[in-house]
Amino acid sequence: MTGLAHSSMPTQVGLLAGRAVKRILRQPAQLVFPVLFPLILLGVNASGLAAATSVPGFPAASYLDFALAIPFMQGALFAALNGGQDLARDIQGGFLDRLAMTPMSGAALLTGQLGGALFMGVISAVLYLVVGIAFGAGIASGVGGALVLLALAIVISSAFACFGTFVALRAGTGEAVQGFFPLFFVLLFLSSAFYPRDLIEQDWFATVATYNPVSYMVEGIRSLVITGWDGQALAQAFGISAIAIVGFLALSARALRTRLVRT
Amino acid sequence: MTALGRTRSVAFIVAWRGIHNAFTNPAFLLPSVLFPLFFFIAFAGGLSGLQRVPDFDYESGYTSFQFAFVCIQAAAFGGVFTGFAIAADFEFGFARRLLLAAPNRGGIIIGYMVSAMVRATFVLAVVFLAGLISGMQIDGSIGDFAALLVLALCVSAVSTLWAAGIAMRMRTMQAGPVMQMPVFVLLFLAPVYVPLNLVDGWVHAVARFNPATAFLEAARGFVSGEPDKVGITAACLVGMFALTVLWARGGLRSAERAG
Repeated sequence: MTGLAHSSMPTQVGLLAGRAVKRILRQPAQLVFPVLFPLILLGVNASGLAAATSVPGFPAASYLDFALAIPFMQGALFAALNGGQDLARDIQGGFLDRLAMTPMSGAALLTGQLGGALFMGVISAVLYLVVGIAFGAGIASGVGGALVLLALAIVISSAFACFGTFVALRAGTGEAVQGFFPLFFVLLFLSSAFYPRDLIEQDWFATVATYNPVSYMVEGIRSLVITGWDGQALAQAFGISAIAIVGFLALSARALRTRLVRT
Repeated sequence: MTALGRTRSVAFIVAWRGIHNAFTNPAFLLPSVLFPLFFFIAFAGGLSGLQRVPDFDYESGYTSFQFAFVCIQAAAFGGVFTGFAIAADFEFGFARRLLLAAPNRGGIIIGYMVSAMVRATFVLAVVFLAGLISGMQIDGSIGDFAALLVLALCVSAVSTLWAAGIAMRMRTMQAGPVMQMPVFVLLFLAPVYVPLNLVDGWVHAVARFNPATAFLEAARGFVSGEPDKVGITAACLVGMFALTVLWARGGLRSAERAG
């Protein structure tokens, strides 16, 4: 990393992103568990909740099609958690302090750091799509829809990764990032991920799911699988993810400045 | 002091310490309370429409249906969380000092198990309260609920012995997923969301032979006041208890050898 200080911004980003990716590849547990666990859960839920498709008004003939969106969200959550923990480890281990003594820009650090989480997001999204199709899921929007689905999954991964980065920079410890993990899952479980919003019978739950942004991310992915091209669902999913990326990047940049001042 | 007295005194001290730590440090108790509570809210709230599935034949309603699952889940995960505490005791050196000081080391495992059961009782009380607040229909008698508590405590004991065996062999907190994953998979390869006759595909084939299915069906029978599968549940618990006692004892021997 000796050339880092005098290199251009893209080079700085590339070096840091490469480091983040290598770090993941060197710890297979960090790659295998987060990618496989959502698939196991998908397999279990596709059978365990198959009966839901016989509820009048259920929007899909197969629960596998309906639930295919869930692993993309879980994969994004795990990527955010791992990315956040890696950054927290850099803070705790003093790597960030050493970088702060170079002229490296904060933007390069943030973007490069997100590289690892994005790598995880891409790998897992491609795998979930391939496994889903292999087990009989149909993509109603066709090949083009599958590509848009991958793009949306990566944008959603980036949004969660930005959140993980913000938490890591703000808290500065791996334990704190780990402590936020249940919150991610609360957001997923209190959304329309497992059951359609219009069929949820408990009013309070339907209200929470309606105000939960994760519902719209899930519904964006799901629309491509079970509906076809639904402009509103896609606009909401891409829009909310983009707002989350911009918002958490801005918060992360501020947190980074504060942290560098502290050191 | 007799061997039994020594075991009892070690078990009492370890149990007291575990209970004291749990109830004075929210970081220890909160996850074991919040996780089941959260699953209860998410499943009973979000999936209640599943009771409209044709042939869904649980009379007491979906909240009660999920309450039974959450009781078993809370008990099982309480044992796993105790395993985390045992692993932490090894990582920070306390368990090694405990092994040196205890005149009867079997009492250590019994102590951890008792502390897990006390924690499970507290968590079940909280989940029960949440169920009452959410309007859960209770058709079982006090006797049925006492039987449900006994069932949950037995599950907690078995789960603690399993997690203790792992924690004492690996002696690091990184053993957490090894303790947690099998329990998680066993629980979710049972009829969690709908009765067994409505579970489809490969999960149905596995669930038919999964002891957790018997636990869930017995628990749901107690909640609805129509006990079911009690004999098979008792037989499964006795078998699993015997196996996990051997497993935990092996773990203790491994920890002793490691010094």
